[in-house]
Amino acid sequence: MDALKIRNLKKGFSVPGQVGSLTVVDLPELTLGAGEQAALSGSSGSGKTTLLHLIAGILPAETGTIHLGNVEMTGLGEAGRDRLRAGTIGYIFQTFNLLQGFTCLENVLLGMSFGKGADRAYAMSLLGRVGLGDRLDYFPRQLSTGQQQRVAVARAVANRPHLVLADEPTGNLDPENARQALALIRQICTESKAALLLVSHDPLVLAGFDRVLSLSQLNRAALKEVG
Amino acid sequence: MILVLLVRRSLRQHLLSTLVTALSLALAGGLLMSVWVVKGQARETFTRQTGSWDAVLGARGSKLQLVLNAIFHLEASPGNVPFADYQAIATNRAVALAVPIAVGDNFRGYRIVGTLTSLFSEAEPVPGRKFRVAMGGRVFEDGFREALVGSFAARRLGLKVGDTFRPYHGLNFDPKAQHEDEYVVTGVLEPSNTPADRVIWIPLAGLQNMSGHAAATASDVSAVLVKLKSPIVGQQLEMMYNRQGDRFTFAWPLGTTLAQLFDKMAWFDKVLELVAYLVALVAAGSVLASIYNSMSARRRDMAILRALGARRFTVFASIVLEATSVAVLGMLGAWVLYLLILTAVASVIQTQTGVVLQVWAWNPVLLTAPAGLVLLGALAGVVPAIKAYRNPVAENLLPES
Ligand SMILES: Nc1ncnc2c1ncn2[C@@H]1O[C@H](COP(=O)(O)OP(=O)(O)O)[C@@H](O)[C@H]1O
Ligand SMILES: [Mg+2]
Repeated sequence: MDALKIRNLKKGFSVPGQVGSLTVVDLPELTLGAGEQAALSGSSGSGKTTLLHLIAGILPAETGTIHLGNVEMTGLGEAGRDRLRAGTIGYIFQTFNLLQGFTCLENVLLGMSFGKGADRAYAMSLLGRVGLGDRLDYFPRQLSTGQQQRVAVARAVANRPHLVLADEPTGNLDPENARQALALIRQICTESKAALLLVSHDPLVLAGFDRVLSLSQLNRAALKEVG
Repeated sequence: MILVLLVRRSLRQHLLSTLVTALSLALAGGLLMSVWVVKGQARETFTRQTGSWDAVLGARGSKLQLVLNAIFHLEASPGNVPFADYQAIATNRAVALAVPIAVGDNFRGYRIVGTLTSLFSEAEPVPGRKFRVAMGGRVFEDGFREALVGSFAARRLGLKVGDTFRPYHGLNFDPKAQHEDEYVVTGVLEPSNTPADRVIWIPLAGLQNMSGHAAATASDVSAVLVKLKSPIVGQQLEMMYNRQGDRFTFAWPLGTTLAQLFDKMAWFDKVLELVAYLVALVAAGSVLASIYNSMSARRRDMAILRALGARRFTVFASIVLEATSVAVLGMLGAWVLYLLILTAVASVIQTQTGVVLQVWAWNPVLLTAPAGLVLLGALAGVVPAIKAYRNPVAENLLPES
């Protein structure tokens, strides 16, 4: 079964001083197989983040369908989307989005608690896996940016998701850390059999993927804007 | 479980405002409970001080003043009653026991009251319990310059058996008005937790004949404490003394007379209670404001939690629970404050009147007031919680620019 299947997805925003809404995502089709890893390229403003928010159910779609496995995200209400997101999707952000008031371990445990339930031993083993076994009780501000992103990676896979969404995960890292983080994300997704949809506009990042989708071409809304 | 962690961490992150708001709630709770308990206990305890007495006979005047003077040893005596009238009521068939008292002197501010030894052999300051003299002492003997000292007065004045002292004239201490007569302490009373604890008792004749007291009224008494054979006969005596002639006041029933006192002070309770409610309102407002103000700084955290799969309701509940926790914390403080206030108030009341309040006594308000304030705190949390509930996720996940 496919990890992700999108059909005729549309999303627009109402913009102040403009009648009607500005369409940001207009995607006829996008499919990701189980465990498949793909990169999504696109210039700034081409709707990459909006698309990931739609897939994660953070934003509701206007029309069209998104299937995660055999569940249709677009058919669910908000609470249903929250539950589905907690259980099947891992999200990695460019700015890490760790909770500053909580330790590494607590950040991972919090992520788990909304999904399959907090599992301390597994959380600790995951942090060990990303090389932070000796930093469990550190707060995010006590870590380097590269280490913070690794906590975020551990948190993203803590619920054993079927699909990991990564939004420019290396954008805030220096080249060496970026290379390591990318390798870690890809490895850990392989290990946990999660599909990966990674957004980036960095050619070096994109080069490593067998499948690279260009949102500038796939997204009709982006084409219009560019043209 | 997850909520507990969220709330605990958030409270610690905003420790100062947590403590300040909890403290203001503690103040409201402590004040509310204290006002309520003191009001109730004072009324009940003061009414109980009448012991086994049913009525007081005195000179024509205010019943309340008569009772305050004869039973609480406060205020001035409204006037005198001739000894013959004491004898008349003492021998009345309806009367079980009548004991005269005479006031007019003090020792360093503590009242000296002249009476007969029957007060100690027959009267019950607390129903079912007579006065008891502490080990090594005895009751004074009529006709001698001897004194039996109440426990509180003895402790404060440092008087013990064998000590001698010279009384001062008047009800208020004036160092220039010392009598020549010297009295010896023959005994100290065990605490009765009644106004009698603040009194120095001497023989009636001793007070009447104190050097410098007017000889013409030397046999008069200030008031007569009366115990009736049956409550029903009070009505008859009341008619006799109050309706016929204008020489006497017969204060009966004592409970009704004392109720006047509390009715007079009711406005004071009301004001205190109102203040407590206002403090509670301000405290609830500060819970609301402090959490509400922290919301903008926490918008991102809320969005992150949502992105991790937290429901809107979880975020809402965590804020309400946070407000509730501040209130619960405040109530722990409120109980401490309540004990402090009550200890202080009890000490003042004992010093002023000899009446002892029970600081540790149970009262339902000790539960209902905190429960009400916790509810108020939770309600105050609803406003910021709604703000958190409405917090859009996508916008707040974006890097701050
Ligand atoms: N909440 C919003 N309201 C209005 N316009 C928005 C909103 N979110 C995003 N957009 C617009 O949608 C477009 C795509 O944004 P985004 O998905 O963040 O692009 P990318 O991630 O590819 O840089 C941009 O033009 C942006 O201004
Ligand atoms: Mg983006």
